[in-house]
Amino acid sequence: MVPTSYYLILSAILFGMGAVSFVFRRNIITIFMSIELMLNAVNLAFVAFNQMWNTQGNKLDGQVFVLFVIVVAAAEAAVGLGIIILIQRNRRSLNVERVDLLKL
Amino acid sequence: MSAPLIIFFVLATLAVLGAASLIFQKHPIHSALSLIVVMVALAGLYLLMGAEFVAAAQIIVYGGAIMVLFVFVIMLLNAGEEERTNLSKLAKIAGWPLALALTGVLAAAMIRASPAVANPARPGALSDTATLSKLLFTDFVYPFELTSFLVLVAILGAMVLAQREQK
Amino acid sequence: MPILEQLWIIPLLPLLGSAINGLFGAKWPNKAVSSVALGSTGLSFLFALEAVREFVYVRHGELFRKEFFDWIVVPDFLHGGNWFRAGFDLQMDQLTVVMVLVVTGVGFLIHIYSTGYMAHEGGYYRFFSYLNLFMFFMLILVLAANYVLLFVGWEGVGLSSYLLIGFYFLKKSASDAGKKAFIVNRIGDFGFMLGMFLLFRTFGTLDFTAVFAKAGPLPAEAMGQFGTITVACLLLFMGACGKSAQLPLYVWLPDAMEGPTPVSALIHAATMVTAGVYVVARSHVLFTHAPTAMLVVAIVGCATAFFAATIGLVQRDIKRVLAYSTVSQLGYMFLGCGVGAFGAGIFHLMTHAFFKALLFLASGSVIHAMGGEQDMLKMGGLSKKIKYTYWTMLMATLAIAGFPPLAGFFSKDSILYSAFQSEHGGHALYAVGLITALLTSFYMFRLMFLTFHGKPRYDEHHVHVHESPWSMLGPLVILAVLSVIGGWVAAPALWGGEDHFANFLAPIFGSGEAAAGLSEAAAHQLELTLAVVAIVAALIGLGVAFWLYLKQPGKPEQLAKSLKGAYTTLSNKYYVDELYAAAIVNPLVWISTNVLWKVVDVGVIDGAVNGVAEGATAVGDKVRHTQSGNTRSYAVWVVVGALVVIAIIFWPAIRPALGMVR
Repeated sequence: MVPTSYYLILSAILFGMGAVSFVFRRNIITIFMSIELMLNAVNLAFVAFNQMWNTQGNKLDGQVFVLFVIVVAAAEAAVGLGIIILIQRNRRSLNVERVDLLKL
Repeated sequence: MSAPLIIFFVLATLAVLGAASLIFQKHPIHSALSLIVVMVALAGLYLLMGAEFVAAAQIIVYGGAIMVLFVFVIMLLNAGEEERTNLSKLAKIAGWPLALALTGVLAAAMIRASPAVANPARPGALSDTATLSKLLFTDFVYPFELTSFLVLVAILGAMVLAQREQK
Repeated sequence: MPILEQLWIIPLLPLLGSAINGLFGAKWPNKAVSSVALGSTGLSFLFALEAVREFVYVRHGELFRKEFFDWIVVPDFLHGGNWFRAGFDLQMDQLTVVMVLVVTGVGFLIHIYSTGYMAHEGGYYRFFSYLNLFMFFMLILVLAANYVLLFVGWEGVGLSSYLLIGFYFLKKSASDAGKKAFIVNRIGDFGFMLGMFLLFRTFGTLDFTAVFAKAGPLPAEAMGQFGTITVACLLLFMGACGKSAQLPLYVWLPDAMEGPTPVSALIHAATMVTAGVYVVARSHVLFTHAPTAMLVVAIVGCATAFFAATIGLVQRDIKRVLAYSTVSQLGYMFLGCGVGAFGAGIFHLMTHAFFKALLFLASGSVIHAMGGEQDMLKMGGLSKKIKYTYWTMLMATLAIAGFPPLAGFFSKDSILYSAFQSEHGGHALYAVGLITALLTSFYMFRLMFLTFHGKPRYDEHHVHVHESPWSMLGPLVILAVLSVIGGWVAAPALWGGEDHFANFLAPIFGSGEAAAGLSEAAAHQLELTLAVVAIVAALIGLGVAFWLYLKQPGKPEQLAKSLKGAYTTLSNKYYVDELYAAAIVNPLVWISTNVLWKVVDVGVIDGAVNGVAEGATAVGDKVRHTQSGNTRSYAVWVVVGALVVIAIIFWPAIRPALGMVR
């Protein structure tokens, strides 16, 4: 069987890559997608831990949480993409560096 | 080298390659498709761990709804290839080391969190959808209702945001 | 209604008078102001008489003490009861009787005098308001039954003294003198407070009866030891030195002559300066347990008496001579207390109040007659022109010089007799005291001859010498009578009288000290011898003054020229003020300006406060770059923040991993 630590290392790697992408990409939509990648990595960790603790078959708290994360991610995606559409309308560009009205 | 282990490595490699593709692709549509690959690989991993309902939810909701939404928006906004502009200075200097540090810290933290982590998981403890739904509607009914309310708010928000401007 | 039960009336009446005059008197005519002031003081005197009558005839001299209300109370949480209590407690015993009668009686006479003296001055209501305020505090001081309340009165009379010395505050020398008096007093008060703290630490209370009861059974501290009681007594004496103008804190008293003459009479002759002697006499139980302290008191008193007398020899201002004379006579009182003759010291306090107040008031009359002139060398030949002033002042001079049967003879003689018998250098103390008596007689008669006799040394056409009104002369006459007969209450058995005074005070001070090792007849012999010697000394002083100032008017100038060094030193008061200014005052001012102000206040305190503000600005200047408006740097900060939080939460798990990496 696969040791839980392997899943956790994979989760950490995916999370780190999501963070890298989050920092380095210029396109807003791509940044948003890297956020989704990070959420997925976290879900993987949750399920891995759940498998570790679920010895009797009745403790499924981790999976419940994963469901909630998915739902929230969906809601967030909906609203976030709406905002992105608005930004595209206003700034005529999807480059995050153009969204700098707060600069001094 | 047992079968589950092989399957794990295959799926893991698939996920990592998909994430790498997400990072390095120029066109957003390619990044979106890579993300779908990652999600499918993760769904496979969930199945490997015996979480069948979660795997199904992952494919249906994430892959089938959220990523579709992404692709629609990309097409709607006619997103093109990314331009080359200058990196923020801070990101250039601190980006890679930070990412590596983050990964390392997380990995170390999770592995060392408990000694039980290093052991292989017990075989055969399948999870049951019935148990899951029972949990959802008894112990977790309150967050469940709240998230449904959250979804309602999100729908309304998205509708308001994406309206055409009233002339 | 027994007055003794309501002792608080006696100090309260002057306080009311002060408040009424101070608040409302500015627009009133002089008559209204003076009737309020005189009324309150006069009533206070009558109440005091009644209280004394009750004390003597109803209680037969038993100590009376009443607590009116709690002032400072610190409860003892551990053991119950009070850890410290200082209340508004007044007491009446034989010593208080003497003091309260002197204060109210002489005070009342001086109030009457002031109505005449200050009649043409501005600020009439202010003067009487302050004068009544002084009476209030002085009465609190003498009626107090614990050290704390006494200290309230102590400080209060210092305040009133400041207000009254600086009465002509528009004159710089007057306001300076007021400040000097207050500050020098303060130095003494510092010692007094330390003494009080030490007493509290030792005895746990500051009530007179309690402290003296606890101290009584203690063994006396041997000579040369600096035990607790000795130190406490020395500290209290330091306060007494400040208030009663002894070495080295006497420097304020001569300058205090800037105030109006009635002020000099009341405060700096009869009452405030005697507060120090009162404290020493009141604490006699403590002092008798500390022979070292007593010796210090005696030596300081004796030295001051001599020192001040020498300065008084060559002063030209009539009030200055009297000021130094006061310092000198106070020295005598401390000498008396220091050798154990507390009764004699208090007796001299009483007689001194009479004749010194008279001297000051009469000099005020002279100054008033001369239209404001105070330099004796510009007077002369006044005896025929201001008869009443002359004769009353002559009585006072005879009294202070120590001629029998006037009051000063008995009191001074009593002190010198006790000094002679003291075990610790009594003969030396007696010798110095005797010489001082000679000097006293000399400078007082010098004053008389220069002022009243000889040819007028002023321009008779411009100065119209006139006698003072009866409001001023009346008190002079009364005080003159007291100066003559005042000593008769204590005529020792030697002269055929009963020592009523000592008998009266015996319940407090113990019966009179018999001469050590001498039989009664031998003691009488000794006393008689010493008395005769004293009279001879006084006569010598009179004779020398007579010769120098009447018979050979040019001689003093010749002497001054030939002894130029000594003369200038004396007339410049041994340069003590200049010494203090150079050694103490100027360095302090320099330190205050350059160190405390520039370095500490501006540099450290302002620097710290401004530095905090500047630090906040500097930090803000650096931190503002995080808010760049650039979304990507925000992204980096988010990751950094997440990293930090995770690292903190998982630190125990991460640490070993870091070791592995290395």
